[in-house]
Amino acid sequence: MGRYLRKRIIISVVILFVILLVLFLLMQLMPGSPFNDAKLSDEQVASLKESYGLDQPVIVQFFRYIGKMLKGDLGVSYSIAPNTPITTLLVNRFPVTLRIGFYSLILGTAAGLVLGLITAFFRSRAIKVIFNLVTLLGIAVPSYLFAIFFSWVLGYKWNVFPLLYDFRSPAYSSVMPILAMSLSVMAVVGQFTRSEAEDVIKSDYVQLAKCTGMKSSTIMTKYILRNSLIPVITVIASLLVSLLTGSLVIEKMFAVPGIGGLLTEAISSNDYSVVIALSFVYSALYIVVMLILDILYCIVDPRVRLGGKPS
Amino acid sequence: MSENVIYTLQDADFVPAAKEHRDLTASEAVTGSKHDMRKRFFARKSAVAGLVILALLTLLAIIGPYISGHSYDDQQLERANLAPRVPGLASIGILDGSETMNKTGGEVRVNRYEELGITDEYYIFGTDSLGRDMFSRAFMGLRVSLFIALAATVINLVIGMNYGIISGYFGGMTDIIMQRVIDVVGSIPTLVVVTLLMLVLEPGMGSIILALMLSGWIEMSHIARAEVLKVKELEYVQAARTLGAGHRHIIFREIMPNITGKLVTQIMLGIPSAVFLEAFLSFVGLGMPAGSCSLGTMLTDGFSNVLLHIYKLIPTAALMVLLMIGCHLVAEGLKKAAE
Repeated sequence: MGRYLRKRIIISVVILFVILLVLFLLMQLMPGSPFNDAKLSDEQVASLKESYGLDQPVIVQFFRYIGKMLKGDLGVSYSIAPNTPITTLLVNRFPVTLRIGFYSLILGTAAGLVLGLITAFFRSRAIKVIFNLVTLLGIAVPSYLFAIFFSWVLGYKWNVFPLLYDFRSPAYSSVMPILAMSLSVMAVVGQFTRSEAEDVIKSDYVQLAKCTGMKSSTIMTKYILRNSLIPVITVIASLLVSLLTGSLVIEKMFAVPGIGGLLTEAISSNDYSVVIALSFVYSALYIVVMLILDILYCIVDPRVRLGGKPS
Repeated sequence: MSENVIYTLQDADFVPAAKEHRDLTASEAVTGSKHDMRKRFFARKSAVAGLVILALLTLLAIIGPYISGHSYDDQQLERANLAPRVPGLASIGILDGSETMNKTGGEVRVNRYEELGITDEYYIFGTDSLGRDMFSRAFMGLRVSLFIALAATVINLVIGMNYGIISGYFGGMTDIIMQRVIDVVGSIPTLVVVTLLMLVLEPGMGSIILALMLSGWIEMSHIARAEVLKVKELEYVQAARTLGAGHRHIIFREIMPNITGKLVTQIMLGIPSAVFLEAFLSFVGLGMPAGSCSLGTMLTDGFSNVLLHIYKLIPTAALMVLLMIGCHLVAEGLKKAAE
């Protein structure tokens, strides 16, 4: 396991490095300079550049940039909140995004597991048809369409939940964003669990267990649940990507004060430094979560430890 | 000393083989199974339904913008925000062009057609805030989005397939290096790649296709590689190799025909995700430039006044859902038929 882990961690670090390089190059390519004020003389610009270290060779600047990013200094915002460190902007927003993403994931996974197991276990036609319909909708319909639907029906027509995020009742106003995002998670996890569970039910060892007269509740918990849960971890990893993307639109729609909303705001107001800093945050978040999931997978499935990587 | 009784084959015993035997390649050897696959695909009701949906949508994307008689970009400001009115249904009171508006004095039923004195013209999906016909716009948007999605997916297919096949077929060091590159490139979230690229490029169809392409080919190459690894060691490929076939022959004549099923499935899954990303970019403000029309821009417009005129959103959302469901049903059908 140690060897596998070391390899994974090295790859993660390389990826982070590459991302930083790309972001740095993009910054160099961005039009304009921080000092394009016509009133500044050439000498003043030169001294400003010196004080910010911009007169150094690009390679030196790059390593300095990496050092700063890793220390958590993400630079300052230009136009959203001029001269405010981006880190300060993030401190309050990050927990909101994390909370909504986390609950969507948990709610969707739990619902998907239950639905998938029920459909696999009770071989009834009606359940199967309903399950297929629900998961098809969940997979095919993008989360922002669900969000529009919920906000129109629950928010506008019935007035159950606030249309826009309300600071005074964060839990209450997170319900619709979480619902909208968890539906696709539910559908994907549900389909996956169902096909895994059906394979396990058909397997020889479950047949043998049935023949020995084992209680079906024991078979369910000790055999089916366990063996069909392991692969679900891999789907969660890929779901996370779509959650990240979805959260951006959802946060904009419900005016959620998270980092997704900050990113859309930065894009529309051309605040490049914030966009680039947030790109780094998103990438780092994604890489760390992937690493954690891989380690988790490694712990629950001994085959991964012995060689190869999770398929 | 006895004569050698064993007959030795001589050159004279051979004649050039008949054409049908010479050309017996993998693609012909598997026609049987391909035929079965088609049968299994059409036996699934949901797959056929998906195919019908996609065919209808494609047809509407082609002719839809010309049916209503109103051009998709013809602005008539005095006719802004007309609610849907459908011939026939209007006389029995459904979709007759009136809508309920929340005004200061409470809810009011308004019919803008009557206010403007339009009697003989119908806007089936209504008009937008600039008085453009939503019917033509919806299908024009569908056409643009479909085009973007198809272009991006086909490019993804070409790049991803070649990458995956080369990596899987040659194996060894080539494979290791190519897979490490993918590990790194694939670990940058799509969201980040697309956003950054759109910041640097001019907004427009080409940039969107490029952005979708940069993130989409990786999945395609994974699938192509996995399939090649599966097929590579099978008897008929081994046989071709033993007969002295070159790499080119093996890849194009033996391997390719046998992995197309998987790749078509992947195309079907790639289209919805491209449509999804296009709409996402519009929402975030990085999509098609103002004035153009795609499902994404239509959806964004519709959402910005969803509480006032819900009818502006419904056709676009419905088209989008139908397109995605159609693609998923076909993909599912292909997957099941291949098993």
